[in-house]
Amino acid sequence: MSNQQESTVRTLMVALIVCMVCSVFVAGAAIALRPLQVENRLLDKQRSILAIAGLGEDGMSAKQINALYDDRITTRIVDLTTGQYSDAFDPLVYDQMKAVKDPKLSQVLSGDQDIASIKRRERYATVYLVEDQGEVEKVILPVRGYGLWSTLYGFIALKSDLNTVVGFGFYQHGETPGLGGEVDNPKWKGLWQGKTLFDGSGELAVEIIKGGVDPQNPKSVHQVDALAGATLTSIGVNNLLYFWLGENGFGPFLEKLHKGEA
Amino acid sequence: MAQPTIKEVLLNPIFHNNPIGLQILGICSALAVTSNLKTALVMSVALTLVTGFSNLFISMIRKQIPSSIRMIVQMVIIASLVIVVDQLLKAFAYSLSKQLSVFVGLIITNCIVMGRAEAFAMANPPVVSFFDGIGNGLGYSAMLIVLGIVRELFGAGKLLGYTILPTVNDGGWYQPNGLLLLPPSAFFLIGLIIWALRSWKTEQNEAPDFKMAPQVSNKEAY
Repeated sequence: MSNQQESTVRTLMVALIVCMVCSVFVAGAAIALRPLQVENRLLDKQRSILAIAGLGEDGMSAKQINALYDDRITTRIVDLTTGQYSDAFDPLVYDQMKAVKDPKLSQVLSGDQDIASIKRRERYATVYLVEDQGEVEKVILPVRGYGLWSTLYGFIALKSDLNTVVGFGFYQHGETPGLGGEVDNPKWKGLWQGKTLFDGSGELAVEIIKGGVDPQNPKSVHQVDALAGATLTSIGVNNLLYFWLGENGFGPFLEKLHKGEA
Repeated sequence: MAQPTIKEVLLNPIFHNNPIGLQILGICSALAVTSNLKTALVMSVALTLVTGFSNLFISMIRKQIPSSIRMIVQMVIIASLVIVVDQLLKAFAYSLSKQLSVFVGLIITNCIVMGRAEAFAMANPPVVSFFDGIGNGLGYSAMLIVLGIVRELFGAGKLLGYTILPTVNDGGWYQPNGLLLLPPSAFFLIGLIIWALRSWKTEQNEAPDFKMAPQVSNKEAY
């Protein structure tokens, strides 16, 4: 019997059958649970938009989040090239992540443009506005860029002066837990609040620095302490801010919005 | 060899033959997920289910598995189960699955699962193997829950997110021990638990690998 059990053909057969059964099992679970997962991911995104805008609180139920989100957040599509609002897509349906992969809706970035290592940039981006009686109170911009292992996806929320940070954080990344993963640490995210992005002459001045921020330094309003043990993640976060706030990102939009021409 | 009974395989691993305490398996995830009780509980349930069912399935086909590829077959089954658990968590406990991040996926490499599959399920019938897996998962869970309680209670003054000891930062009196929230503290705690366990059940002590020779010179070394 043991001879028969060890024959090459039998070994291959057993391997094949085990693989087939397991793959059907895994694929079945993945497909059956997909709708719930998509819903969760959407809810998580809404929750992090609200948290970054400083709205809502921990422990809200899914319904409360949906209601608050629908109530306070307005989504608009921005044409990144012209920096103006666009009606090319319905903001509720437009999927920015899909557009990145679509050659008609995105373009390849050249090496010197692509400081955040995202390779392609979509033409249209979704922005989230918190409005109060028609006036824009906060602007929430989606940002992304490469850290050490993974692309970090997040949001930065700005006050109506388009300079002061209300909140900054990531909702999806694959950085090392405990090191780069500390981008999720509420203490670190708290450091961003009240920092200003641009200096007096309108140049980008925000900076993640090593060794602690000296509050005496006049530049300290632009500076944030880097993450300990996560140099490359910190550099990645710095780079993605420069990309998305720069001329290839939301730079033109912020300028137009500031002048009231968007 | 006497057939192990279900009661034996279910209860022995908790104190008598604890996978972390005696077999020193699965330490890595025990350090990582026990900084609060909630993640420790979810991880315990996930690992217990994976160990139980992987033992069950592997034992069911143990006579069909050619020994030349047995490890790979075990891995395939374990990996499939882990992926399913991960998918379930993503569907029903999304924020927890984000907190557990890579550690659910790393159940695949948890030595307890593979160790029980190889040591027990390959040689025993399915039902008793299933309970052996559950038992070992419970042993792991017991350790994780103790660590989770100590670390969250004394590290953050909370249990399952509810404040038990109001901390100084929140206007209370308790000065939390921040070290307990960091992974190394679990190392110290596991060491202390193993010490306690082996003082209680002295038969768990291992014979030393070598003995110190008696002092032969009356002079100390300079």
